[in-house]
Amino acid sequence: MEAPGDHGEAAARRSELTAAAVTDAALVARCRTGDDAAWRELVDRFSRYVYAIAIQGFRLSQQDAEDVFQEVFARVYERLDSLREDEAVRPWIAQLTRRLCIDRLRAGARESDADIDELPELPAEDDLTALEEAFDVHEAMAELPESCRQILDRFYARDESYRTIGDNLGLPAGTIASRISRCLDKLRDSFEGRKPPPAPSGEQVT
Amino acid sequence: MREYDEQQLGRLIGMLPPAPEAWVRAAQELPAARRGLDQLVARAEADAAFRASVLADLESALQAEGVEPQPRVVDELRRLLADN
Repeated sequence: MEAPGDHGEAAARRSELTAAAVTDAALVARCRTGDDAAWRELVDRFSRYVYAIAIQGFRLSQQDAEDVFQEVFARVYERLDSLREDEAVRPWIAQLTRRLCIDRLRAGARESDADIDELPELPAEDDLTALEEAFDVHEAMAELPESCRQILDRFYARDESYRTIGDNLGLPAGTIASRISRCLDKLRDSFEGRKPPPAPSGEQVT
Repeated sequence: MREYDEQQLGRLIGMLPPAPEAWVRAAQELPAARRGLDQLVARAEADAAFRASVLADLESALQAEGVEPQPRVVDELRRLLADN
């Protein structure tokens, strides 16, 4: 079943790649060879993360967030060769996104004639740490069966009602709550057994 | 190892909603757009008449190259042509 807002082709490709458990490093290596499918997967893998840092972390407007979002991926595409350690692509993208968000806030402050020496309000480190944790949870979700990924994503991330989920997945609405609970149990097992993500090192971002 | 209850896991899942579809698609099409731009610019460098026609209608030139003429791409093409 295709999620709203997803392309069927992209969803199929994602599930293929998820099933193959393509690591970040392997994906980066494939992107370097000019593999367009790998690039699409890389964007798909990190799009929520970049979006959340801009919107939730830095509370940018939609317009500013879109500019940052596109600039992040443009720079990643152009500078993938400067990444020293392929497995560090995630902290690299996070750092790049944060830097571009700060630039955007500063530009906004200048345009509004605010004191340019005064830094705009930056997100608390705890908020950004929580987004890291959220990303880890989503990675753990990718290891669950497709039915669980769908139901958890639709309910928690897309804010769909039991009725909508039931209609889209062809399930009785009355069973959704118990299915969510069972999927969360699986997610907990998967998540708590994961190793921590790589530290933000090995980057060379300009 | 920290333990997570259902509420915490649900909250963490909800912290990463999908980015707008159009944003994701534009980023995914970046390699194809770059190739299209490079080809247009190369032809424009070699052919003054073609360059003039591209400059006259950047959007159509991109579409003819199979590139969606999103504002960012149009701006990039304009910049590249100005630099050459």
